[in-house]
Formats: sequence, C-alpha cells, structure tokens
Amino acid sequence: MKVRRPKLTFLDRLYLPQILAGMWLTLKHIPRKKFTRQYPEEKFKLLGKYRGAPVLVRNQDGQVKCVSCQLCEFVCPPKAIRLFPGKRDPHAPAEAKIEKEPEDFVIDMTRCIYCGQCEEVCPEQAIFLKKTFAITGYKRAELQFHKDRLLELGGVHEDPICKWKKK
Amino acid sequence: MSVENVKLLMDGREVLAAPGTNLIEAARLAGVEIPHFCYHPRLPIAGNCRMCLVEVGLPQLGPDRKPVLDADGRPRVNFGPKLTIACNTPVSEGMAVLTRTPRVIKARRGVMEFLLINHPLDCPICDQAGECRLQELAVDYGQGCSRFVEEKEHKPKHVALNAKLMLDDERCILCSRCIRFMRDVAGQDCLGFVARGSRSTLTCYPGQEPATNYDLNIVDLCPVGALTSTDFRFRQRVWFLKETPSLCPHCATGCNTLIGSREDVVYRQTPRDNPAVNQCWMCDQGRLNYKFINDPARLATPLVDGAPAEWPVAIAHVAQRLAAIRAAGGQVAGIGSARATTEELFLFAKLFQVLTTSPQIDADAESETRPTETAASLDAVCRPGLRPGANAGLLDSVPRSGAADKFLLDADRNPNMRGAQLAGVAAHPPGSRLAELAAGIARGEIKALLVLGEDVTAAGIGAELLAKLELLVVLDTLPGATTAAAHVVLPGASFAEKGGTFVNAKGRMQQLSPAVAAPGAARPEWQSLSELLAAVSSRALRDGQPKAANAWNVTTPVFPSLGKVFAAMAAESPALKGWTLDGLGSQGRDV
Repeated sequence: MKVRRPKLTFLDRLYLPQILAGMWLTLKHIPRKKFTRQYPEEKFKLLGKYRGAPVLVRNQDGQVKCVSCQLCEFVCPPKAIRLFPGKRDPHAPAEAKIEKEPEDFVIDMTRCIYCGQCEEVCPEQAIFLKKTFAITGYKRAELQFHKDRLLELGGVHEDPICKWKKK
Repeated sequence: MSVENVKLLMDGREVLAAPGTNLIEAARLAGVEIPHFCYHPRLPIAGNCRMCLVEVGLPQLGPDRKPVLDADGRPRVNFGPKLTIACNTPVSEGMAVLTRTPRVIKARRGVMEFLLINHPLDCPICDQAGECRLQELAVDYGQGCSRFVEEKEHKPKHVALNAKLMLDDERCILCSRCIRFMRDVAGQDCLGFVARGSRSTLTCYPGQEPATNYDLNIVDLCPVGALTSTDFRFRQRVWFLKETPSLCPHCATGCNTLIGSREDVVYRQTPRDNPAVNQCWMCDQGRLNYKFINDPARLATPLVDGAPAEWPVAIAHVAQRLAAIRAAGGQVAGIGSARATTEELFLFAKLFQVLTTSPQIDADAESETRPTETAASLDAVCRPGLRPGANAGLLDSVPRSGAADKFLLDADRNPNMRGAQLAGVAAHPPGSRLAELAAGIARGEIKALLVLGEDVTAAGIGAELLAKLELLVVLDTLPGATTAAAHVVLPGASFAEKGGTFVNAKGRMQQLSPAVAAPGAARPEWQSLSELLAAVSSRALRDGQPKAANAWNVTTPVFPSLGKVFAAMAAESPALKGWTLDGLGSQGRDV
C-alpha cells in the first residue's frame, strides 16, 4: 500500500507559525480565572446531596439510634455492612424501652460504594452518609470501620420524634 | 371413598372438596388464599380474628327441594346479607363463595385497621419481622397511615413466660392460637386472656407457666411477634436464614425440620409439616439440640497418633494397620452409632464384610458365628450385603434411651437404630453384643476397634480396655474420652452438614440434607468410610503384603456420591428394592 504524503508548503515546513499559534493559546489563559485547586490544602466545596462515608449517630440523649434491624445489611449492594445484633436492658431508664442494639456494626470501607441505600432504608434514622470523603489507610483493617469509630464520626443527630419514648 | 366429594364454586371456579372441609382449605384447593390469623389447620377453630370473612351463597331451592335454575340453566344462588367467616364454614353442595369482592376487601381493611390500632409497630426490633402474617397482610390490606389519634393502649412488654419464651403483649393480636395449642395439643391449660375490649391481654394463669416439652411450638404458631423464643431472640433476622429441609436427630421419631442457617452457622430449627410423622410440631429438646454443630471444639483435622495428617495419609495409615492386624490373626471389631446415617452404617458393615471375608486374612471368622434361626423377621431383611453371620459377632451399636412422652418424644434417643439394624450393624436387641466385644478386647482377641460416632467409654468399654487395643480408629464430630484414646481420629460431619437417611422408630426412611459446611477438613463420614473401603479392598491388602507406603494412596473412592451409596444399599437389601435417594422425597417412605 502506498501512503500519500500531504504536500507541505514552505510555511508549513518552516514550523514557526504553528509554534506561535500554540503559544498564543497558552498566553490567552494567563489572565483568565483559574480552575485548578490546591488539593489537599484547599478542599472541594461539596454540594448538598453529596454522599460520603456512612456513619452511625446518637440521639440528643446519647443513645445509639441503631436498633440492629439489619435492613441496611440486607439492602447494601456490595455487602459492605455487617451487623452483630445484641440486647440492651429495656428496663434501664436511659434506654427508653429499646430492647436491641448492635453489639458491633462493621462497614467495610474498601467495599462501600457510597450509594446511600443504607440511609434510605433505615427505619430509625440511625445511619447517614456524611460528606467525609478520601478515606484512606495503610492496612485493610484500618478501613473496617467498627461501631465506636462510626459513632465517633457520626456524632449527634437531633431526633424531633423520639418514637421509642412513646412506646 | 364412600363419601362423595362436594362441588362448590370458589370465585367462580369449580372445586371438589371432601364434606366437612372448611372454606379456607377448599379455597386452598382452588388456589385461592383467604387471609386469616386465628385459623390453623391443626388446631380447633376459634373464629375470633374475623380476617377470613367471605361472601357465601347457597343455591335457591324450589318447593321440590331441587335447585331453581336461572335463564341460562345454572342454579340460582342466594348470597347472605352479611359476610361469613371462612374458617368455620363447612362446604356444602352448590355453595358459591366470593373472596375478592369489594365488600370482602372492605371488611378485611376494616379488620386490619382495628388490629393495627394498638399494635406498637416495632418491626425493627421484632424477631417475627419477615415472617409475620400481620406485616404481610398489612401490605395487602393496611392503610398508609392510622386514623387513630388517641394514645395507644400499653400492655406488658418483654415478659419472660418461662426460660424459653418471651411474651410481648402489645404485639399480640388475640388470635388465641397459643391458648388452644397449650390446652388441646400440649395438654397444659395455662394461657388465657384477661381484661376486656382493647385491654384484653394474653397471660399465664397466676402461679403457672408453660412447662411442657412443646412450648416453643407456640412461637411458630404465633402469627405476630408476641411470642418469641429466648434462644433465637435477636440472634439473626429471618430473611437472612437459609432454610434447609432436614430431620431432628434427637430421638427415633425423626421429626421433619427446617434448619435455619446463615454463612455456615445454624441459628434455629423449626418443624416441617409431615402428616405421617410429626404433623407440624416438634419438641423443645429436639429443637434446641443444635448447638453442638457450632461448637468451637469440633474436630476439624484427621489425627494420626495425635498428629494432624492429610486425609489420604490417614486413610492409608488405617488400611495399612488393619491389614497388619488381620495378617497377624487379630480380630477387628466395630461400634457404629445409631446416630449415623443408614448409608454410613451400610458402608461400615460393608467394611467389616471385606475385612472378615478377605480370603487370606481370615479363615476362621466365618465358622465363628452361625446365623441364628431365632432372629426376628426384621433381621432377615436387615443384613444387606452381609453374608449371614460373617461378622455378626463383631459389630454393634450403643442403645440410648430416655423417658418417652405420649406425643412425639420416643424412648429410643437414637435417631437411626432401625437403620443400624437394617444395615446389619446393631444387634437384636441393640447393645447386646457390647459386653462380648468388651470381653474380646479384655482377652486380647480383638486387636482393632473402629468406632463410628460414639463415645464407647460410656458404653462399657472403658479407657483401660481401649489402651489394650493395637488400633483404635474413631470417626466423630466432637472430642471425648474415646477420641483421646484413639490412634487415628477421622473428623466427621454433624447431621446438619451431610446428606443421608434415618429410619425412624416406625420404620419410615427419611432424608437429611446438608445445611452448612463441616468445620475445617472434617467431612461426611460416608466419604471417609467409602475411601477406607476402597483402600481396604485394594489388591495390596488382599495379598496381605503392603509393598510400599504409596501403594495405599487412595485416589478413587468406591462411591463417588451419596446417591451411589444408597443405590448399592438398595441393590443389596430386599426391603429397599428399587428405591432411590431422590425417590424418598421430602416426606420419606415406609420401609
């Protein structure tokens, strides 16, 4: 097969006009607004519905809101959630008649796909996707978030209803 | 049948039902489901939940007591002005039932609304969620939100009725199934309702608590989460459980069960319907007898002289030492547990057949015992593949008995003693040869003992006798005094980890199926026995001259699958002629 070479003019062969055109394009950007951000020193501004790491919350009385119904474990598409149900004393005044609480609650952050289905399915409003992102670690074990870590990340979520108090 | 079936119309579809059938069952025949809470096919009818209301019409009769026909030649049906409960209405000739009319749907929605008024809706912490009739029917007939603005009625919650049962009265829908079960089936009238109207509460009579061996059946019966099992409570959500049809190994009744497991952990056993065996009940002892499956102490690696070994090495080792003992004229005896499956016991017996009839090894074993004429008729049937008397003196099972009740619990606590007799392992009566075996060991005649799933130190063969043996091979699941004394330990699978059959006290052969995996390298005993059989019957053994250690390496077991073992057993046993493992189905077959 014969390859056809384009016939170049003298200017083309000179190469300078192309260089200059390229330089002009670059120079035009100098006075414009910059897109680049200095991550990680400068953080992104996240939009309202941004879905970051799932965390567990306590209510204003300091109770763990999760009652270990295991719906999030059931719904989780990548099976990142693992729950170990446990009991709590329903007669203790601090527990306000809730009988169940997770003994441990593990989210495997190497698996989580930040889909938010756990938050959507939760009947207790106990799990939320916070805006935390860029979760890293040196070991796999560091990315297994256990109950204590999740509660620490989650903090307190004001509960206007407190349904268990009315049970 | 002498009684003629009754023809009726169920939602316009013709159904033939036996006289006396109620409308819920007749609807089931037509493939129509009538929602209900209080009705249960195996309990007396109470008719108090009002969920099964349907429209019932009867054919109009003329003065001649013949149905009046309409213009199209069909009998004219007169529907009643009010709805009727389907559970307590028997079928009658020409009856027409409508189960999906707007009136019926409206009635069901009304009943659901009333039931949900005081229901706490704590499904997130309720163990019944996922298998709750109220939850299911609320999806079909419930409203999006409640019209009830008043405070809900509060009743006792998390009350421990006894050590096994927890009661939550707020969840109770007052169906009275538990009351009827305790009164009419379990025979202890101890539950009842107190107070009236919306304050009606289920409770125990003062000073009484359910104390039968069948209490936990009311947990299965309860259509909601009012009664829950303390054992299963909060341990796992039911939608994660894989339900495997199996059998209860607690006694010789062989109740049909479902094993609820998740990721190789067994969480519960529930009864499975079998009209010929346990109807739909099981006893609490049997139901709670599953914890050893998850025991961390379970045997998980083959042990040869106390050291872990690979399977082929362990099998070859046993075969080699057995050959050496036989060549030196020593006897080999076996104790096969009647907790093992029939297939395993068959292979066990087969193994002894090969060991005792190998031409060069044993010449006098056959003259030792002659078939006895007095053997029971079962005995004649129960020796598949064994030349009568060939090794009858050297095999037995350990009997195990307890108090029987008049309902399901059998005095024989071995699930498969009939199977052990069928396979020719157990003596008649079972255990009668154990003393002989012990004496044989004491005299030093029996040099090797094979034990299948039994702790023989509890059966008269103590540690001092075991110490006299040249070879003690134990196939078992849990460590014990016998495995401690064993030269070779081959880890086995529990009833929930393998397939196989049990023959119950009434001679019904039923199937187990594997629900979970055995721990570590442990595997079903039939596989080990099958390989051992292959090793023992290999040419090298028959020549009595094991040449090299690698000659014992087992590559092809005799039986590649359990179905093949069953087929071999069926081929050799007249009682099982033409049977297949799959042919047993879910309900079993009478031998």
